Amino acid sequence: MSPGRLKRILGRIPLHVIVISLVVLWLVPTLGVFVTSFRSRQAVRTSGWWMVLSKPPVPSQQEYATACASCHGADGKALATADLSDPEVVGEYTRTNRLLQMLRQEVDGQPHVQDAEWQALVQDQSRTKEVLDKLAPVGQHLAALSGGSLAVDYGLTASNWIDALVGYKGTTTYQQECATGVSESGKFKCDASDLLNPEGMSRAFLNSLLVTVPSAILPILFAAFAAYAFAWLDFRGRTWMFALLVGLQIVPLQMTLVPIAQLYSRLGLESSFFGIWLFHTGFGLPYAIYLLRNFLGGLPRDLFESIYLDGANHWTAFWRLAIPLSVPAIASLGIFQFLWVWNDLLVAIILLPGNPVLTYQITNLIDPRGGNWHLLTAAAFLSMIVPMLVFLAFQRYFVRGLLAGAVKG
Amino acid sequence: MVPKIMKQGALTPWLYLSAALLIMLLFIVYPTIRTVTLSLRDKAGAQPATVDCVAGEPCWGVLENYRYALTNPEMLQALRNNALWILLMVPGTVGAGLLFAVLTDRVRYERLAKTIIFLPMAISFVGAGVIWRFVYFLETGEGAQIGVLNAIIAGLGGQPVAWLTNSNWMVNNVSLWIVGTWLWAGFCMTILSAALKAVPTEILEASRVDGASEWQVFWRIMFPLILPTVTVVTTTMIINILKVFDIVFVMTNGLNGTEVIANRMFKFIVTNQGRSMAIAGLLIVLTIPIMIFNVRRFREQEEIR
Repeated sequence: MSPGRLKRILGRIPLHVIVISLVVLWLVPTLGVFVTSFRSRQAVRTSGWWMVLSKPPVPSQQEYATACASCHGADGKALATADLSDPEVVGEYTRTNRLLQMLRQEVDGQPHVQDAEWQALVQDQSRTKEVLDKLAPVGQHLAALSGGSLAVDYGLTASNWIDALVGYKGTTTYQQECATGVSESGKFKCDASDLLNPEGMSRAFLNSLLVTVPSAILPILFAAFAAYAFAWLDFRGRTWMFALLVGLQIVPLQMTLVPIAQLYSRLGLESSFFGIWLFHTGFGLPYAIYLLRNFLGGLPRDLFESIYLDGANHWTAFWRLAIPLSVPAIASLGIFQFLWVWNDLLVAIILLPGNPVLTYQITNLIDPRGGNWHLLTAAAFLSMIVPMLVFLAFQRYFVRGLLAGAVKG
Repeated sequence: MVPKIMKQGALTPWLYLSAALLIMLLFIVYPTIRTVTLSLRDKAGAQPATVDCVAGEPCWGVLENYRYALTNPEMLQALRNNALWILLMVPGTVGAGLLFAVLTDRVRYERLAKTIIFLPMAISFVGAGVIWRFVYFLETGEGAQIGVLNAIIAGLGGQPVAWLTNSNWMVNNVSLWIVGTWLWAGFCMTILSAALKAVPTEILEASRVDGASEWQVFWRIMFPLILPTVTVVTTTMIINILKVFDIVFVMTNGLNGTEVIANRMFKFIVTNQGRSMAIAGLLIVLTIPIMIFNVRRFREQEEIR
């Protein structure tokens, strides 16, 4: 290798480092949610998602033997008032900080922990993090002593996704709830019909599809006719009407929601899919017409003249020429509108509260104290799969639509 | 300009236009007008807004709801925040987009890198909100920090930070702007990258031959050439920010000094329609300059056509 070439390669290293770090930086937040959606509730609460591949704390006899066994006994049954083989007792302390709090309290006027070294460690407020790490295996051992059902499952699991799909929000999992075939709390039927639970994400997924597909097709249909008129027909007000359309493109959604909601309640269209289709159609039209008109107007004039000489009228020119040629533009628009409607929250909350879509259902799951990250991450990812796939598969068209709207026009 | 490619009946254009025009009249024009009239009425829309005036206190008569929208402390906070989003977050995002466009242009894995940075555009603001709430999460109990940012800080021996509920409102806002940048930098990058690629290479080569440094080539030649695109991207971003709602609603719900106009409007939508509509009215007034700008730009381009 020549020195010049080597120098060039070395000189480019900073560039690669910057670009790759950017890419990683952009990926990590999403990756965290993806990984978390496959971890059990307890695992999510006790360790960060980046620990997923590290070794989980092993149930250890050693810590238990030095700190606890002298009073509680090796099998945990020595003290009748604190039977550590009883899942009900141990169940109170599944989280290590709860366990620590318990150990810091006095028992009958004496420190809870007898072992001198452990006693000092437990009471030292400045070493909390260290002691929590040491207590993790003790907790695991207690869980094992009490029958194992409380042991933290550090393996990957699909149960969050199942729970999210059927709308299970309890403290175990849907699979455990339905282990016997009959729902313990009576909230579920434990068959496929649970997928239609109004609180579940699978129902919301269905609602999102029902909202989005027609809302993506209808505006294109109406826009194609109007765009043809703007491009190849002559009428009064053609120019200023189109200029007005350019302005209408950025009317904030917020301007129109309340009057439409009121109109719908008078017409009995509250929470109807038909109503929300029409709304999204109305709102998608200015951009759709604008983009299609620019595309159609850019087609060669000769094409239209020759088809006319062949005896065609506007109707045939529209269906035989304009529509087939604008397939790329239609694809761009379809993807644009699909992503826009699928990701919408505001319109869905106001016009379709009775049939919650994915975005709405996710906001219902948010817990400020972070108690259900396992469910929330699975639900969020469920809502992201479709737009991500659509985006990755049709990125070319999406970018083209973006450029046509924002730059050329 | 006038197409006249073939004979047409007097009614033909209107047949093609009617459905679209009717729907737009019903769903954009009518509600916008109605919103303005409702903004002049009371909570329930039953009486003129004047009835909300309290004797002995300032009153703007029928514009009483606008007095609220322009003088209430929480509204002022929202207006301040939207202004800060536009003044600080928009240039940051457009700048980041431009930087990414320039950088990715020089590596062989350009497509992959751009796809990944652009990907957040595909997901909902709600999904992005969940993703970033998790990044910013603060464990206030004694358990481990499971939010990546606070875990790093704790790992380095620092005190975990309340990124979204900080007593310093600027921290909360900056946290939101980072989310906004993560979402929109890819959008800016994609459009600016297309503009950069359209710059003729001969001009660039010529100036390099003349001894211009890469820095000079960028600022003296490329940047002026893509300036129109930078303007378009910036105005589009300003519109996005004026309307920004979902991110704030999901991440902070406007608490701790992060209120924005659209979230205020949403909060009143049921409890005080008059106010809600006045805030929406304010929003449209703020977008009008950009509408005019867009229409002008469109007309200029039509003349070039």
